[in-house]
Amino acid sequence: MRLLLKGARLVDPASGVDGQRDILIDGGRVVRVGVDIPAGDCGNASVVDLGRDLVVSPGLIDMHVHLREPGFEHKETIATGTGAAVAGGFTAVACMPNTNPVNDNAAVTRFILKQAGEARFSRVYPIGAVTHASAGEQLAEIAELRAAGCVALSDDGRPVATALLMRRALEYGGMFGMTIIDHCEDRSLAGQGVAHEGYHAGQLGLRGIPAAAEDVMVDRDIVLAEATGSSLHIAHLSTAGALRSVRGAKARGVRVTCEVTPHHFTLTDERLGAPLPYDTRLKVNPPLRTAADREALVSGLADGSIDAIATDHAPHHHDEKNVEFDLAPFGIVGLETAVSLSFDRLVHRGTITLRRLVELLSVNPARILGVPGGRLAEGDVADLTVLAPDLQLTVSAAVMRSLSRNTPFDGWTLRGGIAATIVGGRVRYVNPDVPAARGLEKE
Amino acid sequence: MTRDAARLLRKDLLGIADLSAAEIALVLDTADAMKEIGSRPIKKVPALRGKTVINLFCEPSTRTRTSFEVAEKRLSADTLSISVATSSVVKGETLVDTARNLEAMSPDLIVLRHASSGACHLLARVCKAGIINAGDGTHEHPTQALLDAFTMRERKGRLAGLKVAILGDLLHSRVFRSNALLLTKVGAEVWACGPPTLIPPGMEQMGIRATTSVEEAVQDADVVMMLRIQLERMQGGFFPSLREYFNVFGMTRARLARARPDAIIMHPGPMNRGVEIASDVADGPGSVILEQVANGVAVRMAVLYLLAGGGADEAAA
Repeated sequence: MRLLLKGARLVDPASGVDGQRDILIDGGRVVRVGVDIPAGDCGNASVVDLGRDLVVSPGLIDMHVHLREPGFEHKETIATGTGAAVAGGFTAVACMPNTNPVNDNAAVTRFILKQAGEARFSRVYPIGAVTHASAGEQLAEIAELRAAGCVALSDDGRPVATALLMRRALEYGGMFGMTIIDHCEDRSLAGQGVAHEGYHAGQLGLRGIPAAAEDVMVDRDIVLAEATGSSLHIAHLSTAGALRSVRGAKARGVRVTCEVTPHHFTLTDERLGAPLPYDTRLKVNPPLRTAADREALVSGLADGSIDAIATDHAPHHHDEKNVEFDLAPFGIVGLETAVSLSFDRLVHRGTITLRRLVELLSVNPARILGVPGGRLAEGDVADLTVLAPDLQLTVSAAVMRSLSRNTPFDGWTLRGGIAATIVGGRVRYVNPDVPAARGLEKE
Repeated sequence: MTRDAARLLRKDLLGIADLSAAEIALVLDTADAMKEIGSRPIKKVPALRGKTVINLFCEPSTRTRTSFEVAEKRLSADTLSISVATSSVVKGETLVDTARNLEAMSPDLIVLRHASSGACHLLARVCKAGIINAGDGTHEHPTQALLDAFTMRERKGRLAGLKVAILGDLLHSRVFRSNALLLTKVGAEVWACGPPTLIPPGMEQMGIRATTSVEEAVQDADVVMMLRIQLERMQGGFFPSLREYFNVFGMTRARLARARPDAIIMHPGPMNRGVEIASDVADGPGSVILEQVANGVAVRMAVLYLLAGGGADEAAA
């Protein structure tokens, strides 16, 4: 199937391209990129003129999602989660291993890849567990996970339990080029906390999780990454202190990268009390931090100290969230709001450029995970996202593709969204609200 | 205060945080009238006749539940009390489902005590019945703060300008939070004192003076309020031992001597004698601890009446 996309602005930082380009796709690959490719040169290719208002980016990659299958199919399945991914503009997602059973062996990894293949939406890159059952006692069989298709290792949902295990994981995982992704939280400091320790949690009588719980674990991990020379990725970084440590480590040449979620660069703990007190859709881990932390994250996104935007998409059933705040599970869905929040809160406010947005959502995740994508040069895999930077939209949880609707952004009006998502040359999503993309619907 | 402001125009009493100074004054004024009812030979008025009040207590409580029950009966409400041991909460039913089942019986008010902060807010969102917070987690205990303010106002004739020292486990105390909110709203000077491990963040933002010095907190105080120290806090590493706690923070006659001579001693109960308060202070001349219990009934009558009964006009009559 040949497809010629015409007229849109191509933003492809890895190729140094930012300008109007036509793109010819054939056999799932980009075969030609040019300022003006005549349709007559392309044989029987379908020609779609996207117009000047849309932007083509290398396919977006969300390097931190929870697809919940196997084990928690009432929250999300691989089919619904990857459906949500393409609706949110993601051509690939990396899924965390905290399923039931945990993805700590090749059988689970292969099952995930099989389900993803049958769903035919986004690509799925499984992340294997660092330790058996993520119990923090014994390393998982990392070589086998690697061979089955895992791209990185994490005990996400919990930190790698001890400094010794973290050291061993960095050393042993490093042999296979596997980055260790750590959920940095000192469990003794976090205790039974449910919200950021500070004025607002205090006013609501919610048990606090201090910023220090994250900071000390980030520091531990950086020391060990420096000592082992292996690569470390910090999941959902949320504090100014942790960012300061990452900046310092990067300056010393430590192989450390980090990601920030859209909810952490958008919301603060002030919202816990108003307008809707104790809204469990604001219960996330790490918790929503202070305004000063949020500002630090925004500056880190702008100056390059933060490498990626990742959603930590964490679906939970309505019944599980419709309980007392301290009993509700942590987490919110994010796949279908991440790009709009990034446009509205970062690009349109002049904090980051479109080029930087593509780095945060595509180039850097591909590099950190060591997966294809992140570039749209001739010969590259034809994973691409068509962005509609000026699309005005109102977030509606009711029409989301995810099986769960636990988003605090329901009803928000945002500027910037997705026009279409193309995976391996196949059109997997077209937004009916973007007229210029309608030509893709028949593909 | 205008006449319109002198009404409790709200469905629920979830916390002191939501109340204006005018609403607080209205409750206290109404409680004055209610207290008189308690001194009559026939301690019952028909104000809430035909109204149904459910006391849903999902956490152990003797004092607060009894106080609400007495208040409801004196106002002639039809009441029933459900405690966690006999409710379906233990059978795995969610709080929301329990509330919806109770709601199906058309109660006018639900009085809720619950171990989770914000449980009353959750209930208020799903119930048509008014919700009265009888203590939610470590968040608020508004009727306790109202009865404490009532007691202070009765003894001191005013609230504005009083120096109130609150000592003990402030971090885990809903009584502290509600009292601090109320007293700052009415212009009292609030001092908070305890070990730094038990002082919550954000005191300055709340307009509260925090100190670890008992002497500084108590100096020239009009009111000294002690809060219960729970044994499990010691196991949590908040302080080394009850013995050391008493030695550093316990209220003794010697420490109390720094307060004003006419200072009153308060405690929401239950007391740990010899931990946060010496017996001779608890039973001493300034102690109003049992008056607090008596006033609790009058204040809860006022709250019940203002939420489920008529308006302020009738109450004043």
